[in-house]
Parts: sequence; structure tokens; C-alpha cells
Amino acid sequence: MFLTISTTGSAQSPATDLGFLLHKHPDRAQSFSTAQGTAHVFYPEATEQRCTAALLLEVDPVALARKARGKGRGGSPDVALASYVNDRPYAASSLLAVALGSVFSTALKGVCHTRPQRAAEPLPLRVGIPALPAKGGTAVVHALFEPLGWSVTAEPVALDERFPEWGDSRYVALTLEGRQRLADALRHLYVLLPVLDDAKHYWISSDEVDKLLRAGDGWLAGHPEHKLITSRYLARRWSLTRQAMERLELARLAAADDSAAEEIDNAVDENADTEERPVPLAVRRREAITAALRAAGASRVLDLGCGQGQLVGELLGDPAYTEIVGVDVSTRALTVAARRLRLDRLPERQSSRVRLLQGALTYTDSRLKGYDAAVLSEVVEHLDPPRLPALEHAVFGAARPGTVIVTTPNAEYNVRWQSLPAGQVRHPDHRFEWTREEFRGWAGRTAERYGYRVEFTAVGDDDPEVGPPTQLAVFHRSETTAKGAAA
Amino acid sequence: MSDRRVLPVTDLSLVVLVGATGSGKSTFARRHFKPTEVVSSDFCRGLVSDDENDQSASADAFDVLHYIVGKRLAAGRLTVVDATNVQSDSRARLVRLAREHDVLPIAIVLDVPEQVCAERNAARRDRADMPRQVIARHQRELRRSLRSLEREGFRKVHVLRGVEEADGAEVALQRRFNDLRHLTGPFDIVGDVHGCRAELTELLGELGYELRYDAVGRPVGAAHPLGRTAVFVGDLVDRGPDSPGVLRLVMGMVADGDALCVSGNHENKLARHLKGRQVRLTHGLAETVAQLAEAEPGFTDRAGEFIGSLVSHYVLDGGALVVCHAGLPERYHGRTSGRVRSFAMYGDTTGETDEYGLPVRYPWAEEYRGRAAVVYGHTPVPRATWLNNTICLDTACVFGGKLTALRWPERELVEVPAQRVWYEPVRPLAGQAPGGQDGRPLDLADVRGRRAIETAWHGRVAVREENAAAALEVMSRFAVDPRLLPYLPPTMAPCATSRRDGYLEHPQDAFAAYRADGVGQVVCEEKHMGSRAVALVCRDAEAARKRFGTGGEETGALYTRTGRPFFADPAMTEQVLARVRDSIGGAGLWDELGTDWLLLDAELLPWSLKASGLLRQQYAAVGAASRAVFPGALTALRQAAERGLDVADLLARQRERAADAAAFTDAYRRYCGPTEGLDGVRLAPFQLLAVEGRSLATLPHDAQLALIDRLVAHDPGGLLAPTRRLIVDTEDEASVAEGVQWWLDLTAEGGEGMVVKPLQACVRGPRGLVQPGVKCRGREYLRIIYGPEYTRPDNLQRLRSRSLGHKRSLALREYALGLEALDRLAAGEPLWRVHEAVFAVLALESEPVDPRL
Repeated sequence: MFLTISTTGSAQSPATDLGFLLHKHPDRAQSFSTAQGTAHVFYPEATEQRCTAALLLEVDPVALARKARGKGRGGSPDVALASYVNDRPYAASSLLAVALGSVFSTALKGVCHTRPQRAAEPLPLRVGIPALPAKGGTAVVHALFEPLGWSVTAEPVALDERFPEWGDSRYVALTLEGRQRLADALRHLYVLLPVLDDAKHYWISSDEVDKLLRAGDGWLAGHPEHKLITSRYLARRWSLTRQAMERLELARLAAADDSAAEEIDNAVDENADTEERPVPLAVRRREAITAALRAAGASRVLDLGCGQGQLVGELLGDPAYTEIVGVDVSTRALTVAARRLRLDRLPERQSSRVRLLQGALTYTDSRLKGYDAAVLSEVVEHLDPPRLPALEHAVFGAARPGTVIVTTPNAEYNVRWQSLPAGQVRHPDHRFEWTREEFRGWAGRTAERYGYRVEFTAVGDDDPEVGPPTQLAVFHRSETTAKGAAA
Repeated sequence: MSDRRVLPVTDLSLVVLVGATGSGKSTFARRHFKPTEVVSSDFCRGLVSDDENDQSASADAFDVLHYIVGKRLAAGRLTVVDATNVQSDSRARLVRLAREHDVLPIAIVLDVPEQVCAERNAARRDRADMPRQVIARHQRELRRSLRSLEREGFRKVHVLRGVEEADGAEVALQRRFNDLRHLTGPFDIVGDVHGCRAELTELLGELGYELRYDAVGRPVGAAHPLGRTAVFVGDLVDRGPDSPGVLRLVMGMVADGDALCVSGNHENKLARHLKGRQVRLTHGLAETVAQLAEAEPGFTDRAGEFIGSLVSHYVLDGGALVVCHAGLPERYHGRTSGRVRSFAMYGDTTGETDEYGLPVRYPWAEEYRGRAAVVYGHTPVPRATWLNNTICLDTACVFGGKLTALRWPERELVEVPAQRVWYEPVRPLAGQAPGGQDGRPLDLADVRGRRAIETAWHGRVAVREENAAAALEVMSRFAVDPRLLPYLPPTMAPCATSRRDGYLEHPQDAFAAYRADGVGQVVCEEKHMGSRAVALVCRDAEAARKRFGTGGEETGALYTRTGRPFFADPAMTEQVLARVRDSIGGAGLWDELGTDWLLLDAELLPWSLKASGLLRQQYAAVGAASRAVFPGALTALRQAAERGLDVADLLARQRERAADAAAFTDAYRRYCGPTEGLDGVRLAPFQLLAVEGRSLATLPHDAQLALIDRLVAHDPGGLLAPTRRLIVDTEDEASVAEGVQWWLDLTAEGGEGMVVKPLQACVRGPRGLVQPGVKCRGREYLRIIYGPEYTRPDNLQRLRSRSLGHKRSLALREYALGLEALDRLAAGEPLWRVHEAVFAVLALESEPVDPRL
């Protein structure tokens, strides 16, 4: 990882003053040992007219990977670091920011006893970073540096010129030009390199907030993107990263398959799916579900595919529900649900009404027998169509609750979503989305086969042309027996 | 002692000793039963209170006693309760326990004079001060009890009067009527006959029985020249044209020892009719009654005697086979109670009736997880199919279907069609065997939580709960239908770490390790750098439906090492399967291997086809970052050097690092290639895993590769890729040197490396199962694993400290599970048994092991 800082000058104010400001002599090559490797400072050019300081951090890739492998606080929050195949030895990341902060610590504070006036005044500066990982691409790079008075040149780096179809990598070759105080320039880099990388090699602790405030003093508060900067800089808190550790088993299964962990471990989307920012449709869906449960007079209820427990939480608030069982296949979702429901802190009388179980609806499960009602809210569309008969059997044939409530997106409505490209499903894990006719067809066949009556309700605004955004079916078990069960 | 009392005791029963304190129960129990068979209240009192005579602890002591008795009975063990049991309510609890576990309660009463009891107690220090009236009370209660014991539910009551009779008695263990485990057959189990005498004689002829006729030409017996035994699942009578004829033949066979027969519900009803009970002459009974009226004098009485003697189920062949009429859950096997008998004859009815007025049957077979095969009839189905190790043989002969027999242990079906519809069915036949609806559901209890799987090759393999949880998530969310997922490939350990300069892995170490394990011949197989793919190829969609129970048009599956479909688009999968199918057909392997399907292990190329996400996110990204950073950094260093700064070492080092990064880029690029549809895609099969009825996993690799070469040779479209190989003798230095050179050449031209396997495939050495293969990866390839700069001496030195133990153990355990899955598949075991082993492989894959190995 490598960056250069250049300035220009004249006989009156020689460019080589950069050496005084950085506290590093232009005619010497110096090395500093840092936590992640050796930082080298040297000057490829140093004349009155032009002076360039280069910072090269030599990362020991073996030590980096071995260090990252430990569990818990000894390890790193960035799972990718544990791999020996790692861009950290080449890309300008938080490792470089830390090295910058320690090698140029005095300069970062703006202290220079020999050239105090030079430290206080803006200089014509040019910063070159040939391999900067930038999440969000060149647009974000411009958005972050331009408000600070930099003129930005950001060239995307191709992933592999041999395979142009792969497109650009997440790296950009960055050049910043502008008149800035050197200390400000360094502090911009110190904060914004990790922000652009959006990954940190160390755990965020509470003093990180202080560091950010110190380094951002004077420029961060007024920055139009300060929300993005703060949230990315402080992105990974301990409690969240601890969950990252909990999915290691899944990460290993993904690795066994040469896939990225996210491809498999995508059951919990904390950003899009939290109670703090409820999606209005999700609220209306829950209202429709609870209305159907009340109408059915259910008191012992299964929430099959409970996710992070929003519906379970809502049912818990109503004493009419004496037993609420949340079932999900994702242990991570269940952990999040337990945390959000504060199950360990509920009074015993309350907590005894709730249970969270890991289960999979493609298997029959004797623990699910004998309930008044089961809710399958936004669940069926996460199953490959050939696996649906197994779910139908497990729920309608084996568990056989008195009432089954199923909600699923209405594919016809998708044309009304502004942000959804035509022909795309609403969630990357949706294996299908049904039209109203398809849903009714499926529900009707299932009801007939397993001896249920079914009725349908709209959830959300019922568009005269394409119908409601969510469709809901309520199945009631018939007293006469089913053909399926009589086989 | 000429008249010693012999007390018959059923070998699985609850024996309740009844007698006053001091009557000698413990001595009696000790003399006639094993110490572990006897549970005494005194002992239990001691367990909970440290004092065997503390009467205040009695309530807790009996809780413990009942608990132990319950556990023993559940496990099917003869149990003797040594307590006074003189009060009816204490006996009632024991009778209830016996019934709950479907065993016979037997009472043995020791009626010994009060004086004797008192003397015996007086001689015991701990009971010396027991009041005399306690014994008196016990005696009174005993007297009162004697009359009511049978009414209380005891099926046998033995009363021993006086010391002499008690001391002289002998206990004789009796086998249960249903316990014929000592009979090992072979058997021919025949489905519901329902008076179809002509079809029955035809079927017996098909099965090879020689019929014996009476003077008027009626068949009255049949014997098999090879000594096979026919077993009838009941429902010999009713509905059909000649119920007396069927009875006559079967009665003859049973009398001659050529057949066994269990009672069906129709026999049961006929027996009640013949005993003069009021039964409705429905469901074809009227026909039987009319036919019997025309039979020879005395036949009806003999028939009544015969069906009255029928047992409701038999346990045969060492416990591997259970035959009954309507099915039987495992907890009822070999048990004796009214409800077992009624389940065996009528099945599990829900109490409801369907739209045809027939009882709704509970699909017990769906939940069956027992080890014994249950062969039954009762529910007419179009064809006999195995479900969870159970099979229904009632193929509706009387309704115009066919009469079916199952050869055991061969598990072959033999059928003869009905000559006509003898009786109109009340309701249409179910589409499939009972419970065999869509999905053939697996139960979560088959896979969830901490488990241990028995494997034939490597003993018990344990799966931890957290690993099962992760596997459940992947299996249920991403994997293909479990019916099409009969196998997952095991992981493979690398060879021992090399100490050679510049190498982390080297073939010498692989050869040496096998030599040390006593493996002489090994095969080196080229390791294709792609993605692991398992292909299940059926001859056509019908074959897939028939063998794997799928419902759609798919002709197999192509899936990754975690069971995910290889292609998102099913049409692509079918294209690949079609090409492989053509090769199999061209090579003539369908007929040669006698199969309609083939399971093969392969590598699908190029790597970039499936791993493109990872390639772009990780591998190509690292290459891109390195190519972006080094030109600038090297220029700056050169300029600094020209200025006279001391950066020579740093510059040299950065040049080397740049070269390493370039070598890394070259390494991953070799395994990338453009594909368009199937163009550019190649499949390199390296092992045929299984075909119908047979696991091929233990076939020696030279034979394996010969079959695979034929497949590749008959590939019309260039999809299949050959696997280069070399056989090496680990004892022969020249051969080993040749193997090393072969590897060097292979990797020099960009190959990933090779896999070294024992030629015999499956080898058990003195220390157990030998690694089925080790991989030996090329020096350049390993840059993708250990990073661009791993070859630098100081890096290599540190990387050598890698621990292989866990990986090697994991590889063996997964291999054993894979073999087990294939064996179970080949044996036609139920889906859950195959799935259990497959699921365990996936669970083990999530164990924490160094992913670079």
C-alpha cells in the first residue's frame, strides 16, 4: 500500500519544507515499525520546485492472516483478513490510515516548531493513491473529497484486463489536488481511507468516537456526507461483530462451495428489516395477520419463518395469545429475535409464553403439532418451487393447525414499485413471486388436498389494476376429512 | 420332589412377586432371575433414603421403582418386581405399566405361613423389631387378593403354597408366540388374497412352489424345493370367489410347515361370526359364509380353529423382518397386548371416516424409523413400494389389480395379475402407497441436534448440534430435493507438509505416507481445477420418478459439494444430464451395470463458471490492486534510488513482490475461461459412485477409470473431459521418482496438482481406515491458497507449521459417511436413512478446520 504527497514551491518557500512539516528528512529513507508491518518514508523527488513524500507500508501477509484467525476479540472483524489471499498488502485501507497516523502523528496535529507559519497556511498539495478501495465507486470518492476543497481525479481500476466482462474492481486510482493545510490533508486521509474501504482491521471501541471527533475537527461537522462518514467509520460495533462470529459454520459451508459467505448467510438483513425503521407495508401486513388470528380465535400460535421476531413481539403484547412459538431455520435470525424480544429479561410469566425454535419447513416436525394457528408470512417465496410440496405436507398435512395464514408478495404489483427494475423480484432471495391467480391456484389446490377452506384478503392499497402489494390467504381446517389424509 | 412346580413365564413380561414380608420373595427372585432383572422396593428405598426399611420413603422409592421398570420394559427386557404387592392398588400401577409397554403382567404369589415369615424376619438384624401385626396384615391382604388377580389383568397367575412348593418351583421362560426370530427363511411374503384361489396358485407356481392336490384335485399344500417358507399377511378370505379354497391351501401349507400366516381383520371378523357372535355380513363376509356353507362337512370347524389360532404379527429373521396385516410401529414389535393385536390387524385409525364411509387410516409408515422391515397388506394400492423400510403388499387382486409377493431377503417383488375384477372397489385406489404422498417427508428428528451415525466403515460418527444447525439452514434453503441428493462428497486432506526448499506440498510425502500404511499400489490422478459436482443421471424422467420418487420431469440432478444446484436454470442441468446420459448409453453401461440410473463424482470446469463471484471479489481484486499499486511504487523507489537514497533493498523486495503478484494473477487466470451456455463447460468424472442395487465406491480405481474412459470415449459432444493418471508402486524407488516427475510436469504446465489414492480404493489398515486419497497441489496453484508471496522462504517456513490432524480425521469421517450413504442407497433403504448420512457430511463440513488444507 502506497501513497504520495507532493507540493510545489519556489526559492522563497521551497517545496522541501514538506520535510519539516512531516518531520521526515527528504534526504533520508526511513523505516518505522508499526503493528501491521514496516512503514517506509522516502522522497522520490525533493527540489525547491517540487517535493514528493512517499509512504509505503510493507504488510506481512502471513502474520496478518494468522493474527486475524483468532476467535473473539483477539481476531479481526474482517473475515476476509483471515485469508492469505488478501488485498491488504496492496490497497490503501485502514492499515495505511493507522500507519499514516503513527508515522506522521505530529504533522497530523499541525505542529511544526521550525516552520510554524508553513504548517498554518494552505499549500498546493497533490496526493496520489494508486490503489484505493472505494465502496460505492468513484461517485462516493468525489462526494467525500470535493466538499473539502479537493479537485478529484478518480480512475476506476479494471478487475482483470484479460476478462473485460468482469468490469471494474472496487479500487480507484486517486489523485487529489488543492490548496490545503498539510495537517488537514492528513486528517482527511486518516478518516476517509477507512470510510471508503468500509472495512476495518481492528475492533471499534468507544474511544474510536473520540478519535473521529479529533481528526474530524473543523471539517466533519459541516461535511454534506457526514452521516455516511460517521456511520461507516463507526460501522462495526462489538455486538454486531459478535454475530459475525456466530455464523462461522455457515461461512465454512460457503467456503466449501467456493462461494462468498453472504450468498448463504443472508437470512438476516439488519439494515432493511429492523423495528426502528418499520416498512409501512410490513406494519400493515402484521395488522392483517393479527386481525385474521383474532377472527380465528387462536390463542396458541406458530410463527413459521419468524425471522427477527417482529410478529412474535407483537403477539406477545396481547395476553389473548397464551403460547407463541417462533420458528426459523436461521439460528442467526433467532439470536437477533431473542435479543430484540429481550427474552432473557422478560418476567417469567411472559417469557413462558414464548419459545423460539430452529426448524425447517421442508421437514415434518412433531414439535409443531396441535396449535390453533400457524402464520407463514413472506415465507413460501423463499423456497424453490420443487420444495413447496414438502412444506405443504409439513404444515397442512403433519402439523395441521386449525388455521393457517399465508402472506406473499403480489408479483403484479411490482410495476408500481418505483425503485424496482422491471421483471425483478423484491428480495434477492425470493425464488418466485406469484400473481394473484397463481397464488389463488396454489392455495386452492393445497386447501383441497389437505382438507382446508381458504379465503383471501388484500394487504395494502388494493390497486384496481394490479391488486394489492401483498396477498393474504387464511386457511381453516375443515371438519370433514381430506382426501390427502385419507390415502 | 417329584411334583416340582414349573412356572411358565413369557420371556418379555412384567413379573410381579406377591407375598408378605419375610415370605422369601428376594430369595426366590435371586434363584430364578438375573440380578439386573429384579427391581426391589427395598433397594429403591435405600436409593432415596439410605435406609432400606424407611417406610416414610416408600412413595419416592416406588416412583423410582416404576421409573426403572418403565425404562426396562421400554427397552424390551424381562423385569421382576420384588415388593410385597399385597395391595391391589400397588399392583394396579404395575399392571398399568405393563400395558403401557405392551407386555404381559404375570403374578407369582408366595403364600407362606405367617409363622415362617416372622421367623425369617427375626433372623434378619434390620427387620428383627418389625411388629408381628405387619406380617399379619400382609397375610390378610394377600388372602383377599388371591381371588382377584386375574381380574386385575394378570395374564398368568402362579400361586405357590407353602415353603416346600415355593422352594421347589422352577421358572421356565417361554418364547412369545410372535417371536420367530430364529426362523431365517428365506421367505416369500404374500399379500392379501381375499379368496382369489386361482391367482394364489399361479403366484405360488411363479415363486417355485410345488403344489399338492387332494383326491378331487383341490390344492391342499405347497412346498418349495429349496425349503423356502411362504408367509401370508392375512385377509385370505372374503370378497373373492373361493375363500374356502384359499383357506384349504394355506391351512395345508401351515400344517406342513411350509407357511406361516398372520391374522387379518377379515379373519378376525370371520372368527367372531363362526363363534356365533353378532357381526354384520358386509365387506364380502356374506360371500365367504355362503361359500363355506357348500364346503365339505367339518371344514368350517377346522377353518374356524385355524383362524382362531392365528397370531397377529411375527418377528422373523433375527429381528430384521416383521410381518403383520396392517402395519406396526417399532414400539409394538414383538409386544403382546390387545392394542398391539388390534393395530396389527386394523392399523391406526383416526376415528374419522372418509366420504366413502371407510375408516381414515393414520399414515403410520411415514413416521416409521425402525430398523426392521415391516411387510404388511390391508390397504389396497396400485403397486407395492417401499416407504421408510415398510412395504404394503395389498395390490388389490380381488379388485382386479394383482397379487404380489415379496422375496426376502432378496427384496424382489413377484406379481401375477388378477384374472378379472372379482369385487367392485368401494372407493378408487389411492395414488400411491399409504403415506407416500408428495415429498415423502423427512422428519426434523432425523437430522436435528447432536447425533451419532453408525457407519459400516468407521464406527459411530458424531455430529455436533451447532454443525447440524448450520447444515439444516443450507440443506433446507439451498439444496436440491433430498430425494435427488443421495450423496455428498467428502473433503480430502493434503499430503503431509513438505520440508523441501520452495515446496509446501510434494508427492514424495504422499507416497511415503501410503507406504507406511502398507499400501503398495497407488494411483495418481490429475486434479482438475474446477468445482466439485455430483451428477445423478437417470435413464429418463420415468426412471427418476420410479427410483427416486420425484414428481416432475427432471431426469436427475447436478449439484455442488454442499448440495446446491449447480445451475440456477434447470434447463442447463438437463442439458448436461442429457449429454452424460448419451455417453452412458453409448458406452453400454446401462445394461452392463443393470441400472436405470448412475451417480457420479466429477469436477466441473472452468472454475470461473461457478466461483465467479469469489473470483471477482477476492482473487481478481487482489490482482487488480497489486497491478494498480506496484508501477507507481516502483517508479517512486527508482527515483529515490537515483537521488542517492538508500532504498536498494526495499526496491529489490518490492520488485519481487510485484513478480509474486503477477505469478498469482497468472495462477488464477489459468482456471478461468469464457462460457456460453454449455460451450466452454467441461465435466471431468473421476468416480462412478453407485448404480441400482450396488455401491461402486469400493471398486478399485483402475476399474473405475476404465469405465470412465469408456464414458469419455462415447461422449458425442466434447463435454466430458478425461482424467490423466499414473499408477505408482510406493515400494519401488524408480516408480516413485516417475510419479514425482509426472507431478512436476503436470503442475509446470499449469495443472492444479494431483490426487493420490490407494489403487484398491477402500483400504483398512492396522490403524483403521486408510485415507481414501490425499491431494498434492502444485507450487504455483498454492498461491491461490496461501497468497501471492507464500513462496518467499520466511513465509514458507512459517506456513509449514500447519496442523493436518483435524483435516485428516474430518476427511475419514466424511468419507465413511459417504460410503454409508451409498451403501444405504444401494440396499434400497428408506430416504431418511440415506439423508441422515448425507446430512451429516454437510454438517461436518462446517466444523472449524483450516480452510486452506
